[in-house]
Amino acid sequence: MTIDQPNNKQKVLEAVVIRFAGDSGDGMQLTGSQFSDTSAMFGNDVATFPNYPAEIRAPQGSLYGVSGFQVHIGSIEISTPGDNVDLLVAMNPAGLKTNLHAVKPGHTIIVDTDSFSKKNLEKAQYESNPLEDGSLENYRVIEVTMTSLTKEALKDVKGLDNKSILRSKNMFALGMVYWMYDRSREYTIDFFNKKFKSKPQIIEANTKVLNAGYYFAETIELIPNAYTIAPAKMSPGTYRIIMGNTATAWGFLAAAEKTGLQLFLGSYPITPASDILHELAKHKHFGVKTLQAEDEIAGITAAIGASFAGDLAITTTSGPGLALKGEALGLAMMIELPLVVVNVQRGGPSTGLPTKTEQSDLLQAMYGRNGESPVIVIASSTPENCFNYAYEAAKLALEHMTPVVLLSDGYIANGSAPWKIQTVDAMPDIKHTIIKQATKNWHPYDRDKDTLARNWAIPGTPGLEHRVGGLEKDRVTGNVSYVPDNHEYMTKIRAEKIKRVQNYIPNLTTEFADTGDLLVVGWGGTYGSLYSAVKQMHEEGYDNIGFTHFNYINPMPKNTEDVLSKFKKIIVCELNNGQFIKILNANFSRFDSTQYNKIQGLPFGNNELVQKFKQLLSL
Amino acid sequence: MNTTEVKVYTFKDFASDQEVRWCPGCDDYVILRAMQKALPEMGVKKENVVFISGIGCSSRFPYYMDTYGMHSIHGRAPAIATGAKLANSNLSVWVITGDGDSMAIGGNHFIHVLRRNVDLNIVLFNNEIYGLTKGQFSPTSLVGQKTKSSPYGNTQPPFSAGELALGAQARFLARIGGNTPKEMSQLFIEAEKFKGTSLIEVLQNCPIFNDGCYSQYTDKAVREDKQLFVEHQKPMIFGKARDKGLLLNGLKLEVVTIGENGITEEDLLIHNAKEKDPTLHQMLVRLKYPLVTGIIRSYDDITLEERENEQTKKVKANSSFTKTDDLFFSGETYEIK
Repeated sequence: MTIDQPNNKQKVLEAVVIRFAGDSGDGMQLTGSQFSDTSAMFGNDVATFPNYPAEIRAPQGSLYGVSGFQVHIGSIEISTPGDNVDLLVAMNPAGLKTNLHAVKPGHTIIVDTDSFSKKNLEKAQYESNPLEDGSLENYRVIEVTMTSLTKEALKDVKGLDNKSILRSKNMFALGMVYWMYDRSREYTIDFFNKKFKSKPQIIEANTKVLNAGYYFAETIELIPNAYTIAPAKMSPGTYRIIMGNTATAWGFLAAAEKTGLQLFLGSYPITPASDILHELAKHKHFGVKTLQAEDEIAGITAAIGASFAGDLAITTTSGPGLALKGEALGLAMMIELPLVVVNVQRGGPSTGLPTKTEQSDLLQAMYGRNGESPVIVIASSTPENCFNYAYEAAKLALEHMTPVVLLSDGYIANGSAPWKIQTVDAMPDIKHTIIKQATKNWHPYDRDKDTLARNWAIPGTPGLEHRVGGLEKDRVTGNVSYVPDNHEYMTKIRAEKIKRVQNYIPNLTTEFADTGDLLVVGWGGTYGSLYSAVKQMHEEGYDNIGFTHFNYINPMPKNTEDVLSKFKKIIVCELNNGQFIKILNANFSRFDSTQYNKIQGLPFGNNELVQKFKQLLSL
Repeated sequence: MNTTEVKVYTFKDFASDQEVRWCPGCDDYVILRAMQKALPEMGVKKENVVFISGIGCSSRFPYYMDTYGMHSIHGRAPAIATGAKLANSNLSVWVITGDGDSMAIGGNHFIHVLRRNVDLNIVLFNNEIYGLTKGQFSPTSLVGQKTKSSPYGNTQPPFSAGELALGAQARFLARIGGNTPKEMSQLFIEAEKFKGTSLIEVLQNCPIFNDGCYSQYTDKAVREDKQLFVEHQKPMIFGKARDKGLLLNGLKLEVVTIGENGITEEDLLIHNAKEKDPTLHQMLVRLKYPLVTGIIRSYDDITLEERENEQTKKVKANSSFTKTDDLFFSGETYEIK
């Protein structure tokens, strides 16, 4: 297949609102119009709203001198320039102050930190620096030394005065936004060539800075916010806006506090999981220990060491990192220690699409280890329930003495949503298996008769000295054993231990209909998209379509077969080439299941889902 | 380390019930015994001792010690040990590793644990060969060495463990022959006392795949003439007759004979293991004649745990958060009724 032109209409979010704001001399109108023109050339629907001061040159840095340009682009019909913005580019403090009210909580603000001088802060009537005083806590602030980077990019261009250099920093901002939303720079570079025909050094300067901004965004892997669907009805309580990755980090904080164990994170930076490391690194006041390790393997093995020594240990990563952690995950499974591995999935294979979302690590999470090595696999499905599933992952790991892989993805990890704040008191109890005292005939592989979890004997406890390791263990003593039937016994008991987790997880539920012609099946981060598509169909009068969503994948809820059997057809929707359906078919082969997949690094759109469901129902 | 009310142990208290399965005549037996004898002298509680190993002949070691232990995966023991120590700084953590485990597959963790200066001890069994996989060359095998995987001679130049460690900012570095258990025990005790990452390189003979690789230095008959056992603040003197020594000639170490050319003991270099500048330690590590053993470097420096604990204390003192609820309800929240 030859693809000449990427289908740019499909490459954008359904709709996004961007506002550029700066001094009237900062060239915001030009920046905004370049962005909207470029998007329009790509066939997006566009609505723009320029807003600039009456004065041609208002006093620099003043509040009334702020010039703004808002652009609303989308692959769907756009009829207004949009109310609230997904992305604000603020070139100075005044631009931030006058436009902050329009930014959606949890969404992104790019600021030129070089312009946040004492003088400019005073002109914008800021009493303290908003970048430092915590007042922007509810936004994703990308701080960029834009002026310095622009100067650096132009240091070799001859014949430019300082003013011309500073004037081109708007192109740095534009370059960054082009990268975030997959725009081509071609149209803008053509524009430079025409407009500055007689000034080749200005063409060179603007092009260089545009490219510098573009590559800068690529290097820091700047990701646009995912748009999220707010629940229809919110229950009473205290809420805050939370990002998925933050919620994941907080879930672990809650679990550590509940158990009284110390939280240890071993991690290596990787997009889009690094924010969990950043968040937990802030919380030394709770005694959280974070080790930024030398590589992915050291991240998980340090966590295994911490787990052996009695901490609540976790490691965070994304697809390629999980591949590197595979052997160590097998060790944790073999020595039966509690450990949570968070995999914030991104587009694969290999380096793939680091900033884009996908669900293609499911089979890796399930089977990506040597030997028979089952672990618990669960998945968060919304930004806010990342909190609950992180907590649940810790609970299952500690109660069942096993590694747990918690799957998130770039879409929910970077998306934000209202979170009804949960207090630690109200969270379910966690009963770890720590043994404090030596009893007669104690063995490291003594198991709980219900869960089959072994007990957790921690260094520092007298009388419980013992050795664990990756070699096969004797079923009782834990000593090395090559005895054939012992190996078979141990392989089966490790599998049975994971299977029995079924007795401790909630049943699968269906929404909209318990029985009917078509059951929409999803798992993980697609919950919002699938829910709203099925909801729309119900509103249109389709009462024969139901929806079920999996958060527990290994093991699956006990009633899974029962739920599936209530519908004539099943459609399994995934952002991969069909992975969960393989697991489902392997377990329940008698159902008429089809798959619907999208592998574009993007979430499902509402219309494509509805169309597909209707087509299936009409067959 | 919590050393109060320590029981009196003997070496038997540290021997597990597992049958030791190394080849007959292997230096590993010597190291095991030296460790079991050293531990009762260290003043640490048995339940606080943790041995963590990777993969290889040496890495079976934890199974033979009646302490806490983990026989982990290839090359990763330093990272696992780092996690264990950060989880509980009261533990006496020992990494048991070999030349392949630490300098090939685990090279990254080996250099980073030294860089971070975690308070743990690494015993490196260097036999310049892969034993468990039956005789391939290792990162410390000599050029030209014929092994199963280099039938025409090894073409890869070797690492010097000591130089690599010093390049990674090792604060404590000792070297000892595999057939001198008394001195070895003493080095283990000193390593445990030292705050920071201690590396003890044991020149360990593999009687099956690389027999005699160190005999020119370690054989009883030549040992005293070929090895210089350095001690802090003592002159660098060696030889059966104690008549040889080292002095610095320009940028080179020179072997001199006491009594010749007017050289007296006072002219010899005095060993300063605690010197921050590792230049002389590097030169000692590189020397082939005499081969330098003993504690080459023992420079006191702040450990990773100390830095971490100090920072945590400061953050705690300046934070208004004591429970997670304080965090969850901080900043912008709103009510839905």
